[in-house]
Amino acid sequence: MIALLARDLRLAMRAGGGFGLGLAFFLVLAVLVPLGVGPEGGTLAAIAPGILWIGALLACLLSLDRIFALDFEDGSLDLLATAPIPLEGVVAVKALAHWLTTGLPLVLAAPVLGILLNLPGPAYGELVVSLLIGTPALSVIGAFGAALTVGLKRGGLLMSLLVLPLYVPTLVFGAEAVSRGAQGLPVATPLLLLAGITAGSTALLPFAAALALRINLR
Amino acid sequence: MTPTPRPSLWEYANPVKFMRLSDWLLPLTAWLAAAAIAVGLVWGFFLTPDDFRQGSTVKIIFLHVPSALMAINAWAMMLVASLVWLIRRHHVSALAARAAGPVGAMMTLIALFTGAIWGQPMWGTWWAWDPRLTSFLILFLFYLGYIALWSAIEDPDTAADLTAVLCIVGSVFAVLSRYAAIFWNQGLHQGASLSVAPGTRMDWAYKAPLYVSMTGFGLLFLALVLAGTRTEIRARRMKALINRERMQG
Amino acid sequence: MELVASDLACARGGIALLEGVSLRLTPGQALILRGPNGCGKTTLLRTLAGLQPAMAGTISCPPETVAYSGHADGLKAVLSVRENLSFWAQIHDRAGVGVAMAAMNLTELADRQAQNLSAGQKRRLGLARLMVTGRWLWLLDEPTVSLDAASVALFGAIVRTHLAQGGAAIMATHIDLGLNEAAVLDLGGFRAAPRAPDGFDEAFV
Repeated sequence: MIALLARDLRLAMRAGGGFGLGLAFFLVLAVLVPLGVGPEGGTLAAIAPGILWIGALLACLLSLDRIFALDFEDGSLDLLATAPIPLEGVVAVKALAHWLTTGLPLVLAAPVLGILLNLPGPAYGELVVSLLIGTPALSVIGAFGAALTVGLKRGGLLMSLLVLPLYVPTLVFGAEAVSRGAQGLPVATPLLLLAGITAGSTALLPFAAALALRINLR
Repeated sequence: MTPTPRPSLWEYANPVKFMRLSDWLLPLTAWLAAAAIAVGLVWGFFLTPDDFRQGSTVKIIFLHVPSALMAINAWAMMLVASLVWLIRRHHVSALAARAAGPVGAMMTLIALFTGAIWGQPMWGTWWAWDPRLTSFLILFLFYLGYIALWSAIEDPDTAADLTAVLCIVGSVFAVLSRYAAIFWNQGLHQGASLSVAPGTRMDWAYKAPLYVSMTGFGLLFLALVLAGTRTEIRARRMKALINRERMQG
Repeated sequence: MELVASDLACARGGIALLEGVSLRLTPGQALILRGPNGCGKTTLLRTLAGLQPAMAGTISCPPETVAYSGHADGLKAVLSVRENLSFWAQIHDRAGVGVAMAAMNLTELADRQAQNLSAGQKRRLGLARLMVTGRWLWLLDEPTVSLDAASVALFGAIVRTHLAQGGAAIMATHIDLGLNEAAVLDLGGFRAAPRAPDGFDEAFV
């Protein structure tokens, strides 16, 4: 398991783009939105929580196809399926590797982008905490979507169509926590609900994803 | 002497038996649906009094409520059919789930459009990000994903398996999304139009045609799913014939 | 340890390919699958490896005891030869990376990235992986593709060593590996009669 995690992290570093691309995309989005919406501080402050969460979500989505597709193409997935570790564990470890290379950098970069978007002062803590709690769910749900579409030649667009509706609850609770933080309201409820979604997804979706992988491999 | 096997519902998982059953069941349900919808709509549109607050616009409930009901029931039927396929491997079940997808999506669209037409004079807007409207829109997205996954995978059994898994996971997330939407925005939509609670909010003059219309939509859904399943079964038969030719050739 | 497969039927893409395949393999034995292209050699190997379910029949060996090697080698282009090999060794919780590299003549290439290997060198690396799995039964699908004569001889040698150590191998190949003791199974004789899985599609025909 640890060997698999180390391999995936090493691949993400060496192949380039694991850390970089998602983060760069996040930055581009944070630059484009003010250019489209206008420089007015109040407007930006009002939409900043949503934009930051949507940016994180899309940045995650972009790198999902790397979770299984590369291993499927070069035959590693066949070999992992016959390896002594359970496929559910493979899914969980690969989702963790995806989170470490995509989700975690987004969490760390988000406060900087919050400044660009004029995010109100009190909300920075909530931004980081909500992303920290919520992005693991994005990786696990994404791994499920990637497992469903792994056998398809051009599965990227279809995967977005499947995964984005599944992201709705995470997005709602995550962005809600940040905007409540910005208004100085209590944020415990959305954060707890967000944590519930992350915990539930992490516990159950690896099984569904492993089932989908087995179906795709046969 | 061999004992005759006890007849069971599962016999209709046999495509030949299903085709024989639907041979007469399909026209029957289709005609009943047409009759019930015609009666329900004519009765509802022309033979009910105007609401004292909402005027005649309220009469769109005779389209809106049944389609919204079937939009949700179609997904529930897909979920049941998917579970039957995963557990008992009855192909007809998987094909029925596939056939229900587009029908459910259409029902969702009808509910959204009639809702917009109703909302315009009532709330002064075609669209509002109200929890109910939002969750229906999200439901529509789930239908789109389900239909797209079916059509993207070539091997029929793989497609059936993967869409069934998606349907089960999607059901959980659809319910979550519904509660997320309520949490996100307490809406302006009126409460459920029908209620079993005492002190009925709706007069029988409305309820009776509404029930007729709902029955009609239910039958329409059944007829469309039967027709769709028959088409899928025929498509599989064609494929089997082509395969047989290829193997013999 | 013994592999007994009885009355297997396998399908690919919903079409039955093989039926009535029975085979038996004890430690030290090798079996070579023969048959024309598309007759189901790959499908049979994947079924034995547990990657796809058999339509009918039983396999005595659980998938945890076999090592499968398919058309693709499962190599990561940006990892070196040693890293690729030690990853699989760690997954299987085994040592012996050095031995495996030496056996397939990869020691000099140990620090080269897999993307800079030739097709034959990649294949050698893919086959060296079998040695670090520690599994007793090797399932090999066209193992000698893109190998030169010297490498084929090396491969023949490691298979023979594996057999001598109580292993067994089933391989689909057309090349003579010099394994004279290996039995040959021609899959041409097990072609399935035209019918689809569990007769669903056939119910109409």
